[in-house]
Amino acid sequence: MNLAEKISPVNDTSAVETPAVSVKGISKVYPGGVQALDNMTLDFPKGELISLLGPSGCGKTTLLKIIAGLIPATSGEVLVNDKPVTRPGNDRAFVFQDFALMPWATVMRNTAFGLELRGMDKSEREAIAEKYIKDVGLSGFEHSYPHELSGGMRQRVGLARALSMDADVLLMDEPFSAVDEQTRRKFQEDLIRLVEVEKKTFIFVTHSIEEAVYVSDKIALLLPRPSRVSEIIRPDICRELGPDAMRRDSAYLDTVEQIWSSLRSYVE
Amino acid sequence: MKLFGVHLPMMSSLLIWAVLWEIVGQLELTMLLPPLSSIIDKMIDIVPTASFMIALGETGRAFLVGTSAAIVIGVPVGILMGQSVLIDRLLLPWVNMFLSAPLTALVPVLMILFGIGEQTVIITTTLFAIWIIVLNARAGVKQISPSLVEMANCFGASWWQSFSKIYVWAALPEILAGVRIGFIRAVKGVIIGQLLVSIVGFGRLFELYSANFLMEHFWALLLVLFFFAFLMAEGLAALERRVSYYASNR
Repeated sequence: MNLAEKISPVNDTSAVETPAVSVKGISKVYPGGVQALDNMTLDFPKGELISLLGPSGCGKTTLLKIIAGLIPATSGEVLVNDKPVTRPGNDRAFVFQDFALMPWATVMRNTAFGLELRGMDKSEREAIAEKYIKDVGLSGFEHSYPHELSGGMRQRVGLARALSMDADVLLMDEPFSAVDEQTRRKFQEDLIRLVEVEKKTFIFVTHSIEEAVYVSDKIALLLPRPSRVSEIIRPDICRELGPDAMRRDSAYLDTVEQIWSSLRSYVE
Repeated sequence: MKLFGVHLPMMSSLLIWAVLWEIVGQLELTMLLPPLSSIIDKMIDIVPTASFMIALGETGRAFLVGTSAAIVIGVPVGILMGQSVLIDRLLLPWVNMFLSAPLTALVPVLMILFGIGEQTVIITTTLFAIWIIVLNARAGVKQISPSLVEMANCFGASWWQSFSKIYVWAALPEILAGVRIGFIRAVKGVIIGQLLVSIVGFGRLFELYSANFLMEHFWALLLVLFFFAFLMAEGLAALERRVSYYASNR
């Protein structure tokens, strides 16, 4: 590598915004020798929704939890806003596959729980929670308990809880997989709107090709054995079409087909 | 329960046994079993007496202090065992051993250590109640969904916050079940302790009545005790039912 090449990226960084999350050479070996991730490098630009898509066993959830700071990487580092991640922090919020709501607490308390842990005043945190409960469409359910809600509504609480943290990065671990199909479609439409409104970075783990193509700005296609990013796909779909036209759009269908052909050989 | 289309109130089976008892008592087959009616007469006689009230006070105090200690020590220890494999490995054999050990045999040793008095009774009560409370709190923590713990970590919970806001609550149905069974065992513990020490509380009265073949007194005291134990167990069971709505979906 010559000097000119070394200098040019420095000029680039002043022009191009630093990514919200930057994954650098992350490897993860679980005790017992299972290699979940091998030297993975990936950038997540600010304000976009990037899906991690891949068959089971490709380490997508592991990567998400490393970014969250929930599990340590064996080697490599994750930078969030240029700061290395060592543990969970206020700049990231997590949406769980199984919702992870406290069944003994109301929607209001569940939503405000992250703020409660920060030590915020009750009235202050409930005012914030109130806003996000309204945003996710759960007004009127503030005093309901999770077991009184449907699966879709429970995940809305999980989403409201993450949003109320006002984190820069939202980490979503297959958030709609435990929700029935109709609710999921509604959710996906809401998510697209949310990305536009909230100006946050979303990292979205899914195993559904259609879902990834539908909601993502970018899709990182992860493949197993050895775990790697095989390609980055930018679905070239016009969002102005509206949800129903979009699902019939030829660009949408082509992208789904393209991803399926890449993944086909990895599915038994 | 329904019988021949008639809805029977709860505990109506007790009535059948009460009638049977009365008949056998009236037949005067044995002096050990006086008729129920005369036992209830005697109960009304002895309950307001000073010696009964003092005994009730002593027993109640020993019971409350003993079970409180069992909860205050047992629940955190159980939760720690559920959280940490190391602590679990270290303590589980002892907990299991004491759970099934004949604790009554330990009371004379306790008497040597703590003297013949209330202290020994309290410690006996705690020893009877604590092990099942520990095991249940441990079981409660073991079944917490890992994502709930991850959620607390993710949103920045300190150790104390996850303990007091997640673990205790998520394990509450099991903890309460443990406390209920622990309390029932503690009733045994307090009476056995008092019987062996035999100079305090209900233990002294039991000793006094049976030594003098005052069977009506003896049975009256036993029924009073049974009544208290039953009330307590039912009260705790009602508390348990209040949290059972989330036991299935944690």
